[in-house]
Amino acid sequence: MFNKDRWKEILEVLTSNWFRTILTAFGVFWGIFILIILLSAGKGLENGIMQDFGDIATNTMFMWSRTTTKTYKGLPKGRSFLFKTDDVQAIRDKVPNLRFISPRNQLGGFNGANNVVRGLKTGAYNVYGDYPEIIKQDPMTITSGRFLNYNDINEKRKIAIIGEGVKDGLYNRGEEVVGSYIKIQGVNFMVVGTYKKKSNDGDGEEGQKEIFVPFTSFSQAFNRGNDVGWMAITANDGTSITSIKDKIMSVVKENRKVHPDDQRAVGHFDLYEQFQRVQSLFGALRFIAYFVGILVLLSGVIGVSNIMLIVVKERTKEIGIRRALGEDPWSIKLQILMESIFLTIISGMAGITLGAMVIYAINSLLDMNGPVDMFANPSVSLSVVIGALAILIVSGLLAGFIPAQSAIKVRPIDALRTE
Amino acid sequence: MIEIKDLHKSYKMGNNKLHVLKGLNFSIAEGELVAIMGSSGSGKSTLLNILGMLDELDEGSYTLDGVPIKNLNETKAAQYRNKFLGFVFQSFNLINYKSAMENVALPLYYQKVPRKEREEKALKYLGQVGLKEWADHLPNELSGGQKQRVAIARAMAAEPKVLLADEPTGALDSKTSYEVMDLIQKINDNGNTILVVTHEEDIAHMCKRIVHLKDGVIVEDKMVEQVRAEQYV
Repeated sequence: MFNKDRWKEILEVLTSNWFRTILTAFGVFWGIFILIILLSAGKGLENGIMQDFGDIATNTMFMWSRTTTKTYKGLPKGRSFLFKTDDVQAIRDKVPNLRFISPRNQLGGFNGANNVVRGLKTGAYNVYGDYPEIIKQDPMTITSGRFLNYNDINEKRKIAIIGEGVKDGLYNRGEEVVGSYIKIQGVNFMVVGTYKKKSNDGDGEEGQKEIFVPFTSFSQAFNRGNDVGWMAITANDGTSITSIKDKIMSVVKENRKVHPDDQRAVGHFDLYEQFQRVQSLFGALRFIAYFVGILVLLSGVIGVSNIMLIVVKERTKEIGIRRALGEDPWSIKLQILMESIFLTIISGMAGITLGAMVIYAINSLLDMNGPVDMFANPSVSLSVVIGALAILIVSGLLAGFIPAQSAIKVRPIDALRTE
Repeated sequence: MIEIKDLHKSYKMGNNKLHVLKGLNFSIAEGELVAIMGSSGSGKSTLLNILGMLDELDEGSYTLDGVPIKNLNETKAAQYRNKFLGFVFQSFNLINYKSAMENVALPLYYQKVPRKEREEKALKYLGQVGLKEWADHLPNELSGGQKQRVAIARAMAAEPKVLLADEPTGALDSKTSYEVMDLIQKINDNGNTILVVTHEEDIAHMCKRIVHLKDGVIVEDKMVEQVRAEQYV
């Protein structure tokens, strides 16, 4: 297959009619180009939307308590209740495949009153009592100092990690932050670190205005006892949180003496489900891109097949001569197939190359003009390119198959008769 | 070398069956130079096609150099053609985009002879037909006689057992025809078996034996005094 003479012949045949070869190649070129562009545009949209999800661990649910709507074990309906710290242990014991369970408490909130003071400056910020794992569920970058650790939890240290937004509000420019004190609802906390979050769905500003303190210190300082405001629960990779959330909620309900069928007592938000919904949208987009791209490619391939048939027809006599001289019919078949595959791959490569250049141009335009809503970094992965190549080889084979078959059907005696 | 017994061949033309060859019997020994003569429609081309394994016989038997030729698939037929037979056609049938040397080397290529050896041999045979200095020319740069000589070189390149020539001089003027016949005679002098299909008396008489076909049967099979083509060149 890799001998010089065969390649020489392929080139001779394909270059003998340049104009026709280029026109034929254009069909395949255009098909693969459209495929690449569609896929990368879809990817760009996906990247744009995914950026809004940020780095958040998507296999996560949030769970909070509401009021009961059913009487149970002598307790009335309409009863408010709170999760307790032992619920966390209960979930951990009874539900497998959980990666993180972070109980959380919170002060302040949207449009809350000023609750943090430093010297003459005050501000209204969200203050969270948290465990160290929260940084893995809701990722943030520590810009100075450190984040929470278990010594802080165990010793109930009164320390705080503040957002860059808090720093801007409470400190002057250039002031040393780490080691200073802020007063949260009258209790002094030492700042040990600052963080920055990636923008998260338009709340970019809000996300930087949070303060994290150890869960245990929070409970003690603000009289929460064993109460847990809400929980962020992440499942192991490979287990969707959606599939085990019912189990988690029933454990909590049992622990808190809530009727097992009381659907409204425990509120939750399943991030994974939302994420899946968006994912399936992109799945559909990808499907459309492949569908349209491959159809366009197919018409190109049919063009190649067509031309190869004409080439075979034109070369009927030559094929006849070669067979009279004793060429193996398989060798002739291989020749036609290789011509077809070669033409398809070369034109396909050109399409991929141009597609890549267009993507590169769009990317550098995006870089120059700053980010655009819902569109970022359009690209195709290497696996897509390899997939496209595989499609090309298969389609080259398909395109050559019928012509090659008709080439070996030519009986040398008939071929030699054509004058 | 060639042994034919009771050979029948007919073609279907719509509903009619055209019986072209009606029971031929003859044999050709090694080193013979045989002319097959006959008017058009006498079946001489059909006979040549069957001898050349380009067509299949209906009935009878055909043995070439002791090998029975029957029920060949295309791959096998191609191998046998390559090994046993050399073809020379009326319309030369050179491959247009290949140079004279490449054309001559083609049968060797199908025998998977390495490139270097192939080219050496091709040049040798081109030399024998007196066209060594034309090796790099394309067929359309050659005259008719030259093309036919290239075709003969090509037919000889694979060192076949039998050379089959179908009207080798049909497209040439008489002077060039004699040149080609001279070449064929010289190849025969070296001991090669050659079959020439022709309808020209003078060409036929340059062979050693004439088989006359008429309406699908052999009407005459005679040895003749060979006229050397040399004297006309």
